[in-house]
Parts: sequence; C-alpha cells; structure tokens
Amino acid sequence: MTAVAVAERTVTAPPVSVARGYRFELVKLVSQWRVRLLVLACWVAPALFVAGVSQQDTLPSDTLFGRWMHATGWAGPLVMLGFAGTWALPLLTSLVAGDVFAAEDRLGTWRHLLVAVRSPARIFVAKTLASVTVILALVAGLAVSSTVGGLLAVGNQPLVGLDGHLLSPGDAAGRVLLAWLCALAPTLALAAIGLLGSVALGRSSMGLLLPVLVALAMQVAQMLPLPVAVRLALPGYAFISWNGLFTSPAQLTPLLIAVAVSLAWAVLATALAHLLFVRRDFTNPAYDGSGRRAFTFGVLPLAALTAVTVGAVAVATPSTGSGIEQAKVQKSLAIVFAHLYRLQTEQLHRPAVTEAQLRTSAACTKSDGQAAQEGAGNDWRCVVSWHLPGVAVTGSAIYQLDITSDGRFVADGDGPKEVNGYFLVRTSTGDAPNPLWQFDGNVELLETQ
Amino acid sequence: METLHAVRAGGISKCFGEVVALDGVDLDVTQGQIHGLVGPNGAGKTTLLGLLLGLAVADSGRLEILGQQVGRAFAAPDGVAGFVDGPGLYPSLTARQNLAALAALRGGDARTAGIDDVLDQVGLTDVADDRARGFSLGMRQRLGLAAALLTRPRLLILDEPSNGLDPAGKRHVHGVLTRLAADGTAVVLSSHRMDDLEALCSEVTILATGRVVFSGPLSKLAAESRELDYRLRTSDPGAARRLAADTAGVRIVDDSVVRQDADVFVVRALTPALDELVAQVVRSGIAVRELAPVVSPLEAAFLALTDQEAGR
Repeated sequence: MTAVAVAERTVTAPPVSVARGYRFELVKLVSQWRVRLLVLACWVAPALFVAGVSQQDTLPSDTLFGRWMHATGWAGPLVMLGFAGTWALPLLTSLVAGDVFAAEDRLGTWRHLLVAVRSPARIFVAKTLASVTVILALVAGLAVSSTVGGLLAVGNQPLVGLDGHLLSPGDAAGRVLLAWLCALAPTLALAAIGLLGSVALGRSSMGLLLPVLVALAMQVAQMLPLPVAVRLALPGYAFISWNGLFTSPAQLTPLLIAVAVSLAWAVLATALAHLLFVRRDFTNPAYDGSGRRAFTFGVLPLAALTAVTVGAVAVATPSTGSGIEQAKVQKSLAIVFAHLYRLQTEQLHRPAVTEAQLRTSAACTKSDGQAAQEGAGNDWRCVVSWHLPGVAVTGSAIYQLDITSDGRFVADGDGPKEVNGYFLVRTSTGDAPNPLWQFDGNVELLETQ
Repeated sequence: METLHAVRAGGISKCFGEVVALDGVDLDVTQGQIHGLVGPNGAGKTTLLGLLLGLAVADSGRLEILGQQVGRAFAAPDGVAGFVDGPGLYPSLTARQNLAALAALRGGDARTAGIDDVLDQVGLTDVADDRARGFSLGMRQRLGLAAALLTRPRLLILDEPSNGLDPAGKRHVHGVLTRLAADGTAVVLSSHRMDDLEALCSEVTILATGRVVFSGPLSKLAAESRELDYRLRTSDPGAARRLAADTAGVRIVDDSVVRQDADVFVVRALTPALDELVAQVVRSGIAVRELAPVVSPLEAAFLALTDQEAGR
C-alpha cells in the first residue's frame, strides 16, 4: 500500500512589495509609445508654443495673461496653465489614469498580474502611484517647458498682476510655481476620476473619456450663472481660482476651498476605485468590472460629496448669489485702473503718482440700469474717475466690461482716446498697446473679509 | 513507498452566481507527474486551474497545494506558477523585457534570473529582443511558459499550452515539460489536443459540467473504454475484410466517410478482438501496412464519458 504524505512545508508566497509593483507599472507605462509621445510633447511643445506666440504681433488676449506675453516670460506659463486646465490636463489624465486598469482588460493580463503580484490591493496602489507619477511628469513638463520658453524668448521681466499691480520677477516666479501646484489638486481629482472610470467601466471607451467628460461638464457648469457656493464646490474650480494668486492681497479663500474640494474628490474617487477593484471577480474572463452596479457605486458617492461640499461652502461662506455685485465690480475696476494708470504714467515718462494720490473710483451700471445690478454679462458700463496731484479737474474714462460667471472681466476702453484708447507705448521690451486700453481683472466672488 | 503530493483537492465546489462551475471535484497530483485536465468547454477546467493558481478560492472543499492548506485568503503557495486563459504578456515590451520586468517584480536581477536560459528552453532566443506585439499565438504561449519557468516552479499550471504551436514549438514545449517532470515538478495542464495529453500525461482527469467523470492513469482509461474504431490498411483489403467479418468481436464499420482509398477499411473492436484479427491477417500472408485508431483512446473515452459520442 502506498503511504501518502505531503510535500515539505511550504510557506505562502508574500505579495510583491508596492515598490516593485510600482516599478513594474512604470516600466509598462513608459514602454507605451503613446506615453512617450505625451512626455515628449509636454516637455517640448509648450516652450515652442510660448516662444513662438510671444514673438507674434497678435497675442492671445482672450486668454488670461495672454496680452502680457510680449512683456514678460512669466506670462507664458500662466497662459499655458489656462489652456492646460481647459484641455490638456483632462486629456492627459484620461490617456494615462483613464486607461491604466482598462489596458489590462484589453490585453487580458489581469490573471497573469494577479498571479505575479498576489495582491489586488497592492496592484491598485502600484498602478495608482505609477499613473500619478506619469501625470506629474507631464504636468511638470508643461510648467517647466512653458516657463523656459517664455524666459528665453521674452526675458525675466516683472509681471502685471490681475489687479494691475506689478509683480517683481522673483514674486512672479513664486506665484507661477504656486499656481501650477494648486492646479495639481484638480488634476489629481481628474486622475482619480480616470482611475474610477478605468476600474468601473472596464474595456468601455467611456472609462477612457470620463475625465475629459467630467472636465467638460465642470467647465460648462462654470459658465452657467450658478450660486457661488455651488461654483466653489465643483472640483474644477481650482483650474480657475489660481487667478486669485495674482491680486494683492491674494484671493486665497476661494483658492483654498477649491483645492480642498479637489483633494476631497481625489481621495473619494480613488477610494471608490479601490473598493470596486478589490471586490472584482477576476476568475470570470468575460467580466471586466463594468456594469450598472459598479457605475452606480461610483457615481452616487461623488454626487453625495458634491451635495455635502455645496452645503459646507454655503454655510461657511454665505454666498448664495452670483457673487458679482455692483459694488464689487466698481471696487475691482478702480483698483486695476489705478495700478495700470501708474504703469502707463511710467511708460509715458510722466511724473510718478501713487494709487493713494489717484483716489480712483468707478461707477458701474448693468444694462443701463434697467436690470438687476449684478451678475455676469457684457453689458456692464463703467465710468472711472481719478485725481492727479495739483490738478483740480477730475479725470474720467469709460469702460465696457464683459464679466464672465467666474468673476473674470475684460475691460475695454471707450474713451477718452488719450487715456484708454488704442495707441502704442514704447516699453523696455518693445512697443506695446496702451495698458489702459484693454485689460483683465476679476471680481472676488466671495465677500472680502 | 512514500508519495509526495503537489495537489490534494477534495470535494471542491465553486459557484458563480447560480452557475455551478465545480461540483465536488477531487484531484490528486503527485510531484513529478504531468496531469492532464480534459473536458468540454464550460466543464470547469479553467476554474479549477484558477483555484490552483490562487486566483480564486473555493466555496467549499479542501485544497492542499505543495503541502499547504489553502485557506479563504487570496493566495497561492510559493512555487506555483503558470497561466490560465493564455499567457499575460505586454505587447509594448520585448520578450526579454517582459521576462526582466517579471524578474524585477519578484525581486530578482534580470542578469541573474536565468532569462537567457528559459528563452533558450522554449526556443525563443532568436526573437528575444523583438516586441511581443508581433508574436504569433504559439510564440506567446512559449513566452508565457518561459515566464512561468523563471520562478523555478514546483507546481506548474498551464491552460491550453499547445494552442497555436507549430511542430518545432510543440517539441520545445514537450521537452521542457518532460524535463520539469523528471526534475520533480508537478505539471497540471488542460488541453483539447488529445495527442498532446497522451504524449505527455501519465494521468488525466476528465471533467464534465463541473464534475469528475474519470481520474487516473491513461492505461486505466483505455481499459475502461468501450470498443474503438481502427483504420486498417493491408496489401489485400478484400481478403482482410472477409477475415474481419469472420472474426468474433470485430465489426466492419460503414466507413464511407472516413475511408480515403480502397486499401483502407474501418473495424470496431475491443483490443483482444483486434489482436486476434491482426494475427489472422498476418497468418494469411496479408501485409498490415497501417493500423491506427480513428480517434485516440483518450478522445474516445472523453467523448463517451462526456456524453458527446452521439456527435461523432
């Protein structure tokens, strides 16, 4: 009779460490031509774009800081940031995070990976870290490349802030860096949504497109006349609120709220993706994790988070209106005008004045006073008044304001021509339009403390 | 004599929702044995292989792999390697990079992990630096086997490893598996290629609708089998047919579909009756030029045991 015995004692193989899994995932990501092309594009194209545009006669003045691209190299990375927040970052997060799990479904490699790593949880962490690393490398490329392009093409000049005050090159550099760092928060939120889509929707192309669709939805929402509390509670607002870094004092409250909301989305979406992933049944090759339950499980908690953040922001900052009110528009316009008046004075080599001496004020009406004096629109008309030392007459100039729902406005000079009309001014970087002709500004949507 | 078991499974059941994939399956595989897993599509082969690889846990039953009781946790003991549903390869990496990435994942050094050796074993040295994207199915199968060999497994699980293999690739794979078994590694493989299983396996388990319908040595399977059909080619087919018709236990089958030429006819018989027929043919001075089963004994048993005989 054959005696039966078992083989020598065998220990369960420990799961592969997260560090090794991370390196494995990075190798796979970087081996893809798509990712290599993205890295190359993000590290080269912005420099070429900024350098090229800075040398053009016509500047992208419809983009924030675009009208200053000929004046300082620090405007370039901010123009790039505005573009990136709208298009590039959602697209990049889609292509990297939105595909990192779905790619294994397409290749049919899940079982192979599970056998090799032996821990779904560690696979999730490794994939998440690897995709975030690639995304950070892409974002860094956009920031560094556009900065280098701007500085090489135009130079390290002071930057005109959003309220017209002049930022020294060092100050501008710090704020540009801070602005890009703040943009990382909504980028991470989009990346987490990409991970969630990639896990929840499997091979479906919807998973890949989810960050782009969410970003698009957020942009559309920001164009709507939403209450401020709702606007700030959306994860994409940090792509806008970095503007507040370029005013004096900096508009930090909306920025911090937007960053916190973005990070909350990033954490929740990642946690949901993790939960869905570790519960997935990998023994069924036909099942790629998608399904109504997974979709519902992913969408409902995020909808709940939106509701909670809207409530929290509404309670913390009682701003349920549009945030664009007559008094705030007038104040904001007067401040920008005063700062830029000083700049114009300097460029025209006139006797220097201070903002205090100018005692600038503005009187604005919307729709010729026929409608409510608040809210976005291109029907704001303002008369700016100022005083010059030793001159009895009060100066005045007319502006047409186009204010968008997020508080940003473009002021278009409507006379007198000598003050805010179009003429060229000789500056250290070449001829430039009169700074009081057309300029950007923003209305702080939250009540100023 | 003491037998070392690589796999001992008893009463294993596994359901997916209302679908019963495995229903009280028993499986014993000793070290150094190549064990074949046969069954129609949906019989539960891949599910069983997945359990052995640690991809899932059984709903009930006892499973011991390499001496370790497998619990409810998602884990397989060290020393188990292989693949189910095809090898997992990354098309953007070369064959060597695929293996190096796996070696690094397990903490090995790509230079010392034996990558060149395993590539040589499976006959892929010449394409080691080609991207897996351009590999044929057979090459992918061999690279998957190489990936499994990197871990120096004591239990190798392979799901349809012969798919897409050309004769040279098949020779490489058979050689590797035979050497592994000779060195004491247990191999459990599923296949629909009965000739492969007969060439490689010492024991087989036949599954049908999640249940074991046969498990044991191939010889036992042959003994349990019913009559088989044999192609018989002789120098005098007319005389041979007459002898077959007169031999007890031998029937001439209506072979119009099978027969390729006039020299061949098909008889149905158990082995003893067939032996008697061959002896008579030879005694009559008729040369036997070919005698082969129309379907292999394993395939015949498979079809019979899985109630697919009617489909022949």
